[in-house]
Amino acid sequence: MTIEELEQIAKTVQLENSRYDYEVNVCMDLACASQGAGLLRDALSRLAEASGKKVLIRKTGCMGPCSSGPLVRVDPDDTLYAKVKETNAEAIINSLGEKPVAELQCDLNEHFDKQVRVVLENAGHIDPEKIDDYISRDGYKALLTALTEMTPNGVVHRITESGLRGRGGGGYPTGLKWGTVAKASGDVKYVVCNGDEGDPGAFMDRSVMEGDPHRVIEGMAIAAYAVGASKGFIYVRAEYPVAVARLTTALREARRRGLLGSGICNTTFNFDIEIRLGAGAFVCGEETALLASIEGRRGTPKPRPPYPAVSGLWGKPTLINNVETYANIAPIVRNGGKWFFNMGSERSKGTKVFALTGRIKNTGLIEVPLGIKLWEIIDVIGGGVPGGHKLKAIQTGGPSGGCIPADMMSLGVSYDALMAAGSIMGSGGMIVMDDTSCMVNVARFFVEFCMTESCGKCIPCRAGTAQMYTLLTRICDGTGTMDDLELLIELCDTVRETSLCGLGQTAPNPVLSTLKYFKNEYLEHIMHKRCPAGVCSMAGAPAAQTAAAEVLA
Amino acid sequence: MSSKLKLATAWLDGCSGCHMSFLDMDERLLELAELVDVVYSPVVDTKDFPDNVDIALVEGAVASVDDEKKIRKIRAHSRMLIAMGDCAITGNVPSMRNPIGPDAILDRAYFENATIQPQIPCVVVPKLLKTVKPIHEFVKVDVFLPGCPPSADTFHTALTALITGEPLDIPALTRFGA
Amino acid sequence: MTEAPFDVKTLEIDGRELSARRGQTILEVARENDINIPTLCNMEGLSNVGACRLCLVEIKGSNKLLPACVATVSEGMVVSTNTERLQKHRRNILELLFAERNHVCSVCVSNGHCELQSMAQDQGLTHVRMPYRNPHLPVDASHERFTVDHNRCILCTRCVRVCGEIEGAHVWDVMGRGIDSMVITDLHEDWGKSTCTRCGKCVQVCPTGALFDKSKIGSDHPKYPDFLPYLNLMREAR
Repeated sequence: MTIEELEQIAKTVQLENSRYDYEVNVCMDLACASQGAGLLRDALSRLAEASGKKVLIRKTGCMGPCSSGPLVRVDPDDTLYAKVKETNAEAIINSLGEKPVAELQCDLNEHFDKQVRVVLENAGHIDPEKIDDYISRDGYKALLTALTEMTPNGVVHRITESGLRGRGGGGYPTGLKWGTVAKASGDVKYVVCNGDEGDPGAFMDRSVMEGDPHRVIEGMAIAAYAVGASKGFIYVRAEYPVAVARLTTALREARRRGLLGSGICNTTFNFDIEIRLGAGAFVCGEETALLASIEGRRGTPKPRPPYPAVSGLWGKPTLINNVETYANIAPIVRNGGKWFFNMGSERSKGTKVFALTGRIKNTGLIEVPLGIKLWEIIDVIGGGVPGGHKLKAIQTGGPSGGCIPADMMSLGVSYDALMAAGSIMGSGGMIVMDDTSCMVNVARFFVEFCMTESCGKCIPCRAGTAQMYTLLTRICDGTGTMDDLELLIELCDTVRETSLCGLGQTAPNPVLSTLKYFKNEYLEHIMHKRCPAGVCSMAGAPAAQTAAAEVLA
Repeated sequence: MSSKLKLATAWLDGCSGCHMSFLDMDERLLELAELVDVVYSPVVDTKDFPDNVDIALVEGAVASVDDEKKIRKIRAHSRMLIAMGDCAITGNVPSMRNPIGPDAILDRAYFENATIQPQIPCVVVPKLLKTVKPIHEFVKVDVFLPGCPPSADTFHTALTALITGEPLDIPALTRFGA
Repeated sequence: MTEAPFDVKTLEIDGRELSARRGQTILEVARENDINIPTLCNMEGLSNVGACRLCLVEIKGSNKLLPACVATVSEGMVVSTNTERLQKHRRNILELLFAERNHVCSVCVSNGHCELQSMAQDQGLTHVRMPYRNPHLPVDASHERFTVDHNRCILCTRCVRVCGEIEGAHVWDVMGRGIDSMVITDLHEDWGKSTCTRCGKCVQVCPTGALFDKSKIGSDHPKYPDFLPYLNLMREAR
């Protein structure tokens, strides 16, 4: 494979596509598929054929605004239809060449205008099961450029120059990590992709793996070239069967095209990727636990140092990055580090994909330049809080993150700003809460998550999260005391400072951040036995307690 | 009116071993009697817990509704509350029923092992709480004296220090299970 | 430039200037110099897992606490092993252990010989503020010589490591996750029906009364884990 051959493939695809007058893209991501997108696509294909019009019906990955699904986009007019049912198929096919179907058209201009799509540039435009679709949109060009025109050092330099930081949560500078692995001594090195996305409400990585799998593979191959690895692993949770299937297909096609394997593109570079399935343990998103799991051992973290960059898989230097990080690589190599560096805020460059969920009109996947204000995400892209309710807080970063109150919506989204506000960027979950959410209960939910997902290796995380859960339950039940609150705060401090890995170290964040901004809600529960949001039952409160049975009948 | 401190000792769910160990102070009890009046205790014939107690030593865990009432009353009328021994501090042996619950215990005691008239007593015998808990789960405790039981020397050193206001290093004297 | 075979580092622990070999852990250096750092999962002769978090120490210039059992020394390092902050965390961790399962010292075979018990005393623990969890846990007495009482297990995994690393049998391992974790024999078989070699090493390294010898009566059950470094030494000499 050479650049010329790639271009030839792209031309062939374009030629093929030009035979059609219209392209009807149907989103087949989980949210749309579960609302009948499959039947819709079948109906569209059937009717298109019957109509005699030259229509290409294409199934694509996630288009973004899941709450408006099933979504259909008609090109070349770029008309987006929302909440399309199987019965609407006829109207859509009939409208081709005529006026768009007005009642299905959705006004999501504002939703899309504020977004900048780098990671999701192909989402909704390509069939994820066709490598040629990917190639037709500059796919694998970056890999070939890197292999034929750049030194490994040059690639590392370009990534460093871009200012890209790890998208899995930690925000470690990617270029620095690559440089460390590249410099590490040893002839066997590994490249690992962390696709063990487990935060409640987060599905960024799933969408990328399902909607544009080759982007991840290309990013990994470039990384392997840069650090000198010849073997890669994609660690995907088994709960993502579609992602696994798409990746498997993508790997097979990439091998067939000579983009993976030995002597890639007539160079001396060898690289191949294996998929490893996670068995559903959240802690396996932690890098040392993930590596243990790939090695076939129990998925528990190890103390660092040594870092995986020095001693990772089977003791060899290992580069481990998140799905979204790899998805950023090809565009950076293609467009240059400066191009990426110019997007985003001062210390957080580029764009970030967020999974917007909760009490908000437009839920789904969004990609925004870093530095964007929270209110722009909530009010403009998200369309605000529905049902006349008032925004209360935004939870970012999953169970490791925290809650940011409504009066801090002018905060710019960046690694450092979120950290300073007591939350974290995390992998990109963003849960919007309104006045019907009890913040104590929210904290308890996340602590329960961490308790059940703790691996059990270190004491503070194993027993500490369980005790935090007990104390929070007391407060939610109305049996909590000020002593309990004091103990809870002390426990948060110990769990945060002494836990072995990130799971435990960040598990108190939901409690600490809600205590910081919503302490009055805790005090209401404890002093007045009242849940301001009306969520907690307060069943154990003293008045009820005497009647009920702490005492045996 | 005596100017001596008023000392009370009470017995919740425990084996009375802490009281025995307390009595093991032997002749040192006479020294102690110079400093305190024992106003309430299993070894004193007073029915009701008096007001204005200076030091209350409590043995045993809180296992029944009766225990809970008692410990709240003791706390309300005492200046300094000392949790005496492991049962009061950790739940110890009485709390070993917690994992299986009181029903199983009552069944074993009053049904499975009863040869005549198997029944769970409900008059005079106080109702059991679902879980046996240390006393600090109910009231504020000022001093913890662990041990099963704390030794007579521990009692002597600790009480002397507490009465005279001298510094007291409890972990140097005793431990859980001592 | 070639590296000297014994690259000496100098560092400061609790105000004392000390020297150490490159690659030594902070814990090793501290012990060589009679500085006590509390540990539960660590055991001389076994690999380190850094799980109990009791050996965390403060390093000047870093806000992060490091486990002394795995953190290696570096030149000019200034280590504090017993600050107020560390003492508070250690007491909290011990409280968590006591509240996690059903530790009843007074009736335990290890009363008086238990590392958890004596560490609580060393760290000045007189009571546990955290609510006791009182889990319902099994006792497996199916083995002809030994018993495992899960009520007393603190999941230090010394038994797992000694069985895998020293005896080479790998009968013990950990099952479940988080608060439900348990040590098990084979694939959760009864110990008596497992592939146990009956060497008894796990019993000797167990810091509490979780693993004990049936022939011991009352609380007369001191344990002798000192065989481990000796055994390793003899094996290396061969």
